[in-house]
Amino acid sequence: MTGALQRFLPLIVTTAVLVVGFLICAAQFPNFASWRVVANLLTDNAFLGITAVGMTFVILSGGIDLSVGAVIGFTTVLLAVLIEHGGWHPVPAFAVALIAAGGFGAAMGGVIHVFQMPPFIVTLAGMFIARGLGFVLTTDSVPINHPLYGELNDMALRFDFGLKLSLPALLMLGVVAAAVVLAHWTRFGANLYALGGNRQSAELMGVPVARTTVAVYALSGLLAGLAGIVFSLYTGAGYSLAATGVELDTITAVVIGGTQLTGGYGYVVGTFVGVLIQGLIQTYITFDGTLSSWWTKIAIGVLLFVFILLQKGLLTVWAGRGGEPAEA
Amino acid sequence: MTASTAPPSAPLLAIRGLSKAFLGVQALDGVDFTLRHGEIHALLGENGAGKSTLIKTLTGVYQRDNGTVALEGREIAPRGVEEAQRLHIGTVYQEVNLLPNLSVAENLFLGRQPMRWGLVDRGAMRRRARAVLQPYGLSVDVTAPLGRFSVATQQIIAIARAVDMSAKVLILDEPTASLDAQEVAVLFKVMRTLRSRGIGIVFVTHFLDQVYEVCDSITVLRNGRLVGERRTADLPRLDLVAMMLGRELEAAAHRIDLGPAEVDSRPPLASFKGFGKARSVEPFDLDIRPGEVVALAGLLGSGRTETVRLVFGMDRADRGEATVDGRAVRLKGPRDAVRLGFGFCPEDRKKEGIVGELSVRENIILALQARQGWLKPIPRRRQEEIADRFIRLLDIRTPDAERPIQLLSGGNQQKALLARWLATEPRLLILDEPTRGIDVGAHAEIIRLIERLCADGMALLVVSSELEEIVAYSRRVVVLRDRRHVAELRGGEVSVERIVAAIASETPNVAGSGAEVRQ
Repeated sequence: MTGALQRFLPLIVTTAVLVVGFLICAAQFPNFASWRVVANLLTDNAFLGITAVGMTFVILSGGIDLSVGAVIGFTTVLLAVLIEHGGWHPVPAFAVALIAAGGFGAAMGGVIHVFQMPPFIVTLAGMFIARGLGFVLTTDSVPINHPLYGELNDMALRFDFGLKLSLPALLMLGVVAAAVVLAHWTRFGANLYALGGNRQSAELMGVPVARTTVAVYALSGLLAGLAGIVFSLYTGAGYSLAATGVELDTITAVVIGGTQLTGGYGYVVGTFVGVLIQGLIQTYITFDGTLSSWWTKIAIGVLLFVFILLQKGLLTVWAGRGGEPAEA
Repeated sequence: MTASTAPPSAPLLAIRGLSKAFLGVQALDGVDFTLRHGEIHALLGENGAGKSTLIKTLTGVYQRDNGTVALEGREIAPRGVEEAQRLHIGTVYQEVNLLPNLSVAENLFLGRQPMRWGLVDRGAMRRRARAVLQPYGLSVDVTAPLGRFSVATQQIIAIARAVDMSAKVLILDEPTASLDAQEVAVLFKVMRTLRSRGIGIVFVTHFLDQVYEVCDSITVLRNGRLVGERRTADLPRLDLVAMMLGRELEAAAHRIDLGPAEVDSRPPLASFKGFGKARSVEPFDLDIRPGEVVALAGLLGSGRTETVRLVFGMDRADRGEATVDGRAVRLKGPRDAVRLGFGFCPEDRKKEGIVGELSVRENIILALQARQGWLKPIPRRRQEEIADRFIRLLDIRTPDAERPIQLLSGGNQQKALLARWLATEPRLLILDEPTRGIDVGAHAEIIRLIERLCADGMALLVVSSELEEIVAYSRRVVVLRDRRHVAELRGGEVSVERIVAAIASETPNVAGSGAEVRQ
């Protein structure tokens, strides 16, 4: 099965980088290799992971969604305003936030499809609109003090061997698992890959292009909304400037995870590993204590560059074998 | 050649009086077309004949203006590719319209994956994919991405998908254009198998040999009208070519007078020996002397354009050698060709020639400036001199040299393009369809211009579909068929009848010998 090996190579390389990175950290810091570090890694990056899953789908379909960071920020503000100023119970507030975020994404998808506009521009506009809407609601950072927030933050799944998974971590793992099923065991998933491979061919083969485009941006918005809920749980506040630049972090995770920016090739699991690699670098710098946190950015930048070169190299190798005769 | 299944009374597909116009241009005018069960039917015609309009109307891409389309006696009017597919009309294009990033199995079952418990049953999909491909003699790894396989294999997979989606009518639009002989043989085997299952195949191709090898019937279109439908067995090649080109050639074969061929002993300016490229054009020999017009004649897709692309270095030859002035040269790209003093006016002015937003002057100066290098700009005054000179010389109708070239008529654009290359004072000028799409007056002017340039000692290599035109100005005509140079006519031999006879000639010939026309 050399064919399978070839297809999964980017994923294998990404996973190897994560494992090697973890081993290096563990060798350097005696307390690193613990369930506690693993649990924190998952919790701290939960909102990023959830958002990155949506971004993976959008990129697989040949698009991009620059609005996700702004949608997270808007969601946190919306929740804070509804709960603290409006006196809402968090559960209906969550529902409203998810519907608003999903609807926002669907609207962008609709504009992209109907007017045949580049997703980059449409979602860039969406980014400004979502950020702006957050400021319209309030310019302050509003703390959320509802008792349910405390309860949700205390919720955790404890395993006998010592792992304790928080609610955000569980949500992220659940989203990733559901996304894998969606990508590979549903027609919607196949249509996404088809759309990213070649839009025109996909249309000729009967893929419902309009529906799929709207759905994928709606999904990305919905997951950004969910990430916003997780983020507000995590920080216990709503602030318009929250999650600035997260769209770029998620794109980075997607690319490090082996998904091609041009669409059509990639795996959700790769994105998950990409998120963990970013989190690992962050954790390393926290453990070290002397390094500036900007080293995170530099390390991620270098890694991103290496992965893009790797993909390019693999593509060239495959293209060279394009004429491989079929065993007819 | 009949189907194994008993043919029902109604033909599989009956098109009657089909018409379609675009912006007042009649692309199809009352065309009839009949496809029977278990038949491979060639749809032939030159540029602008209406083949692709007919196919696109059939597959729902266009809506017809007039006429009827009946499938097994039932009137149909598909409004899209999907609907056509549901009506059992499947199409496979030259560029395979499948998805290279998906696996073979996913390509076969996209949109109709086998489901279990609401999820795609990937195991069943793989098993069924293998079963679907098995009759085609294709045992490939169905989980591998489609892009890893050759075009031929992809094409068979596309056919398998179309047939599996219960196609009764299969349209193959130039499927063999990028296949080699062995791959074509495999494809034909598949086509014959499908025919024996009662499927009707519409086969669009430019290769006459393939038509005679695999087709039962032939329908020829010309300028949007039906020329005729014949059984392949009853239609000699000469008559077929005459139908396609629209000429009355009842006694053509007899009227050829065997005048002596002039032999030109002057040393050639450019000489090509065994020059060729796999999947583009078979190796050929070609000499071009100063002051002579060499024309390339043949049907659409016969390798004319491919030949000039090789000569100009736009495609790289993978065999043979080229000499200019007796010295071996390498043509790695158009830059090399330009440095050797070659010029090239492409067929598709809009795509490869003019820069619409730039002025007439800027368009004319382009090639000269490119040759000088962009770091040494030609002074504005000199540019104006050159532009004005050619506007006068070629009688380019424009109020002034600063007008954007896209505002000029087709004929004047063509003349400005010619001026671009003439400004570089080429020794060999290549013209691909220099008179296409321009009006009759401009047409005559271009021909006069060609004669004048040649009298000035320039060598010209001209591709043209207008046989009268070729005969009017050519000293030598190279005839191509099926990507091969099949004959070369010289001096007194050059006539429309002989060219047609050479295009229709049956035996494969050695490039450039011209033996069969002079026998």
